[in-house]
Amino acid sequence: MNQSVPSGSPATGRFGRKGRVQPRGRQADEADHAALREILVPDAARRDLLIEYLHRIQDARGHLPARLLVALAEAMCLPLAEVYETATFYAHFDFVDDDEVPPQGVTVRVCDSLSCAMAGADALAEQLGQLDDVRVLRAPCMGQCDRAPCVAYGRNVVAPASAAALAEIHRRREVQPVLPRYRTFERYRAEGGYGTLERLRDGRLTGDAVIAGLDAAGLRGMGGAGFPTARKWRSLLQQPKPRLLAVNADEGEPGTFKDRHFLESDPHGFLEGMLIAAQVIEAEAAYIYLRDEYPAAHAILTAELQALETAGLLQGLHVELRRGAGAYICGEESAMLESIEGRRGLPRHKPPFPSEAGLFGRPTLINNVETLYWAARIAEKGSAWWLGHGRNGAKGLRSYSVSGRVREPGVKIAPAGITARELIEEYCGGMADGHRFAAYLPGGASGGILPASMADIPLDFGQLEKHGCFIGSAAVIVLSDRDDVRQAALNLMRFFRHESCGQCTPCRLGTEKAAALMAEQTWDEPLLRDLAQVMRDASICGLGQAAPNPLLSVLERFR
Amino acid sequence: MIRFLLDGREVEAQPGETIWQVAQRLGTDIPHLCHTPQHGYRADGNCRACMVEIEGERVLAPSCKRAATDGMVVRTASERAKRARELVFELLLTDQPPRDQAHDADSGFWRWAERIGVTESRFPACETVPAPDRSHPAMAVNLDACIQCNLCVRACREVQGNDVIGMAFRGHHAEIVFDFADPMGDSTCVACGECVQACPTGALLPSTLVDERNVGVPKAATAVDSLCPFCGVGCQLTFHVKDDRIQYVTGRDGPANRGRLCVKGRFGFDYVQHPHRLTKPLIRKDGVPKRGDDIVDPANPFTHFREAGWEEALELAAAGLRRIRDGHGPSALAGFGSAKGSNEEAYLFQKLVRLGFGTNNVDHCTRLCHASSVAALMEGIGSAAVSAPFAAAMDAEVIVVIGANPTINHPVAATFIKNAVRQKGAKLIVMDPRGQAGLARYATHQLRFKPGTDVALLNAMLHVIIAEGLSNPAYIQRFVDGFPDLEEAVQRSTPEAMAPLCGIAPDVIREVARLYATSKASIIFWGMGVSQHVHGTDNARCLIALSLITGQVGRPGTGLHPLRGQNNVQGASDAGLIPMVLPDYQPVEDAAKRQAFEAVWGASYAGGGLDPKRGLTVVEIMNAILAGEIRGMYIMGENPAMSDPDAAHAREALASLEHLVVQDIFLTETAFHADVILPASALPEKTGSFTNTDRRVQLARAALPLPGGARQDWELVQAIAQRMGLGWRYTHPREVYAEMASVMPSLAGISWERLEREGAATYPQGREVIFGDGFPTATGRGRIVPAAVTPPAELPDDDYPFVLSTGRLLEHWHTGAMTRRATQLDALEPEAIAMLHPRDMARLGLQPGDRIRVSTRRGAIEPKLRADRDVAEGMVFIPFAFAEAAANLLTNPQLDPFGKIPEFKFCAARVEKAEPAGAAD
Repeated sequence: MNQSVPSGSPATGRFGRKGRVQPRGRQADEADHAALREILVPDAARRDLLIEYLHRIQDARGHLPARLLVALAEAMCLPLAEVYETATFYAHFDFVDDDEVPPQGVTVRVCDSLSCAMAGADALAEQLGQLDDVRVLRAPCMGQCDRAPCVAYGRNVVAPASAAALAEIHRRREVQPVLPRYRTFERYRAEGGYGTLERLRDGRLTGDAVIAGLDAAGLRGMGGAGFPTARKWRSLLQQPKPRLLAVNADEGEPGTFKDRHFLESDPHGFLEGMLIAAQVIEAEAAYIYLRDEYPAAHAILTAELQALETAGLLQGLHVELRRGAGAYICGEESAMLESIEGRRGLPRHKPPFPSEAGLFGRPTLINNVETLYWAARIAEKGSAWWLGHGRNGAKGLRSYSVSGRVREPGVKIAPAGITARELIEEYCGGMADGHRFAAYLPGGASGGILPASMADIPLDFGQLEKHGCFIGSAAVIVLSDRDDVRQAALNLMRFFRHESCGQCTPCRLGTEKAAALMAEQTWDEPLLRDLAQVMRDASICGLGQAAPNPLLSVLERFR
Repeated sequence: MIRFLLDGREVEAQPGETIWQVAQRLGTDIPHLCHTPQHGYRADGNCRACMVEIEGERVLAPSCKRAATDGMVVRTASERAKRARELVFELLLTDQPPRDQAHDADSGFWRWAERIGVTESRFPACETVPAPDRSHPAMAVNLDACIQCNLCVRACREVQGNDVIGMAFRGHHAEIVFDFADPMGDSTCVACGECVQACPTGALLPSTLVDERNVGVPKAATAVDSLCPFCGVGCQLTFHVKDDRIQYVTGRDGPANRGRLCVKGRFGFDYVQHPHRLTKPLIRKDGVPKRGDDIVDPANPFTHFREAGWEEALELAAAGLRRIRDGHGPSALAGFGSAKGSNEEAYLFQKLVRLGFGTNNVDHCTRLCHASSVAALMEGIGSAAVSAPFAAAMDAEVIVVIGANPTINHPVAATFIKNAVRQKGAKLIVMDPRGQAGLARYATHQLRFKPGTDVALLNAMLHVIIAEGLSNPAYIQRFVDGFPDLEEAVQRSTPEAMAPLCGIAPDVIREVARLYATSKASIIFWGMGVSQHVHGTDNARCLIALSLITGQVGRPGTGLHPLRGQNNVQGASDAGLIPMVLPDYQPVEDAAKRQAFEAVWGASYAGGGLDPKRGLTVVEIMNAILAGEIRGMYIMGENPAMSDPDAAHAREALASLEHLVVQDIFLTETAFHADVILPASALPEKTGSFTNTDRRVQLARAALPLPGGARQDWELVQAIAQRMGLGWRYTHPREVYAEMASVMPSLAGISWERLEREGAATYPQGREVIFGDGFPTATGRGRIVPAAVTPPAELPDDDYPFVLSTGRLLEHWHTGAMTRRATQLDALEPEAIAMLHPRDMARLGLQPGDRIRVSTRRGAIEPKLRADRDVAEGMVFIPFAFAEAAANLLTNPQLDPFGKIPEFKFCAARVEKAEPAGAAD
């Protein structure tokens, strides 16, 4: 028989807690597991697929119901915290707790980056908010800056977008991506595509020769950092196998859309470069990390990778196409590796470098889409062809993403070293009507801001640094006399605040405090300078180090 | 050796040594927040408080993270580095609560901020301030002080491997969360408190360090280094004492725990000042009869007892024992000592029983824990000590955990197993009929075999190893006898034949057997799930055979480790608190050994020598009482009324004693039946040595004064001894220890002074891994004793269709006498519960939280029902810590024939919904 609890026993304790009727913490029941199985059956050994699984739940349900995530964690043998921190890091996931109301209606993301803001995105967002059954969110650059303003209606990216067009799309609930016309596998093949890869595979061309060609051409990484490509490939060959290739298709630098251009117009031009790189470094697998803002490119790559597989051109190379989930920081190469591994996109400390210990701890070659595209062209046409291009002392070609107040924005494949003024005049049809050239951003949000009076600097690696700027991904945003540079700088700082991963103090708090200080009528210049200095000096990665560039540009050149 | 310039001075560094470490070593303090030099913490380099300038680098580098390299030129105090560090502090300080309102004004953050002269911020504060979370009974969460340094994340996930804390969201929204941003108290948190120990800001604190407004209270100034009293892991800790109370506890970097603690060791100490604490001797009132089912309210013992002075109580206690001894002979007396007391207490107690009572009827709860393991180990390899410490898991390739639930019962030992899997890639094989939430994420294989079929499963593994030629003939030839017998015995135990018995698929048995046999180093940990069966000795024999035929013993990362339960079960056994042996396991039957002790100890009360007959064991003593053979007992710190199987029977026995002296800190269920109760000392009040499961002798130091008139246990044993005719004159535990060390070769080289100096010493001779060159048997060889499959003593049937298994909860130690009186532990697990699989609940129409009635042929209790998928279908699991629904009223007292251990892990039971309250009883 039960013994009575002694009086004064702590069992009647001051916390008034009752005994638990289940194990500690949230538990999924059998119904939750059944609901999860309707969507997916996770592979517990593939922790790296967590983000892919979250996408599938989000796609199926329109949000991430807490109970399904508990079931997912249990099925994957993952701690709840690891699932939650990943789910809440990425902007494209909507975690919804048991007692919360899921988002209603179609999710409509209106770009709030600089080019779209200049094209009236704020007003558009307000108008779209009037529609029934939509959830309007603001989102960072979606890589449609040449067709601003941009709106993502579900997975359907509309640019340029207008309230009227969106109303019609909404009426038809057209949430799926609309694919552009592009050079298909058959056409690429018919025009001689994959010939270089075949020559490499059958020994007519050696990997050393490919690297030597890249070396002679002086090709540098087009993602922003400009690291010599040949040196990168060569360093992989020093490393033990198995080696991996990771393709950075997460261009998120505001103003940049050139990778999208290649992916949506000539995917095989890039894929051949990827296969050449994999062949040269003898990679075991290749991972393409594609930003989730490019659903059309995702559909294209999915189809074309299948075509490659069918055609037998992958030759055993394991290729995985991965979706980002709305995080600019994942364009930083080591954050991208973390994201491919299914975690939050936190940049890693270096050393070790990815070439030594990258994806899953293995030696990893990381290249940008455009870099691989040009690598294939150089391997095919030779370094002399590449060196035959260039201007103002620079060599080769670059794809400049030009947006803002020019008459004809777009991806401009132009000689490296061209100046902003030349680019605007020769490639963009001059300034847009009613706008006078006042300033430009040579390298997206991070590359600083220069006045029109400094538009004769060659837009190439190593040219802009002495002015506190850099070319980065060659995203040139052109401002006019009708734009407020300080307002632009604030827009950019808010972008960095939104996209900081939060790992290190100078960036996490620096972007937040800077955005607050820059929103003030009068700027506290000494404080902002102090702040900029610590961000530059002490942030872990390029995001925090470069985030003060626009601010400093304004302080230096736009008094 | 690496040479580089640090602040203009040429210095040397070990490969991998960071700039911060070199600077620290050479006396240069560099500020740090997210970094801690504590064992097991990876540098993360996120706070940027330790930035230094390295010549030739574009940006500053985090000194905590950056390894020194040859020729590097580092400036730790350049203007640029200092500016950056100051700005980092200024940024962080912006959003802190003001120091005069701080949760911990003495935190690492505030001390560093003060040191580098940053006391104010020019930045605008963040608009949103996280709300306090006081949902947890033991910890206060105030994330307004959080600096996102993620030390708590590393503490929770990488050090302790509990995986509760995450860093969710992004950028300046980044936030520490428990699970899915749940209140800490509702999360999967197991309250190890590693996070509060790691937190540099006071965002996470023991709840005793803040007031109800979450403002810090004055902190204890007195710190006493001591030991945890709970399990056999032997964590070193520091009591922080204020106003004669333990205000909070921190883990010390002891060899066993490396700074880690569990919920009990960190938050389980206010039992020492619980109002139930005995502070005056109690004597049974005249005319109050003894009844086995009698209950005394510990808050009001005066229904049964009256207070007495010490002289009266001690004299009455001793007189009763003398009367029986002199009237009925020494064998009419018995004593239970305790594995919770110190080595000195255990030693004195057995010495008292042997010399003062004149009998070997002395035992303790080791009988209920690992007696069968000890029997098998003594028989097989001549020593019951662990062959390697639990931290040897870090060197293992394959770790087998069988019949043990270390995340619950040995939480800190479990952290090293978890570390081995995550950091070293070890493969973890968990064999247990119950699933284990705490190890599930780590186990490569979980074998949930049918309860009581250990031998079938293990024999099948032995069969596979032999049949597939995976044994180690060279090792067997050198060190092992009995292999042919084993070959013969397991010949028919194919996986196919055993699978239907144990419920594990043949392929899985094969895979696991191969993994164990062929790895470079495999280690086996086991616990009560192996030992507490009528075939417990056979279970352990199989494990010994596994290690012997594969040679997986005696090398780093290999071995046999029966995880010891009580904090001093190893030491109490070493000290001779068992009926068959004198200290250091010298058989009582051996005249020469007896003489050696007689030479040191002197004559018994009667002027003669030591009793040459083995004494009775725990359960045998209970039976002997009811048989009228034993009439008087002295019980120090044990609670057989709760811990013995078929507790009603045990209570009946205790109540029928002519004379019972109980020495304890609380009025336990055993003390209900006492004639005299002597109030004694709790661990934080005593100084003494303790021996953990790793064979490590460690020193506990008194941190608190004794409450009221309570006395030290060793003094009370001496006082009784003096009254039993022994002329003892010890004045301090160190004198007792010195005598012990003089008669126990195992303690050679371990002096009291050395313990005081070093805190811990491992025997023999400081060797962590033993048996590398054979075994302490007559031949130096190990002996395999094959085991045959024996069914449990009481199988389920139509009347009692469930299997009842008993054990512990994380929060409650043993019979709950201490932990149920520890406020925070009891708040975490306040009610008597039983656990069933949800599918069984559905079949029986039960809901979580229902009061159920669990009955066996011996009794019935009515705990509250908890749903738990980890419990096998067809099984009911009940923790035995709850007096109000004592599981041992149900358990089967059938004994293992060798170890004399009862079958706590298996008996037949019935489960049904309880009658509505009031209708019961």
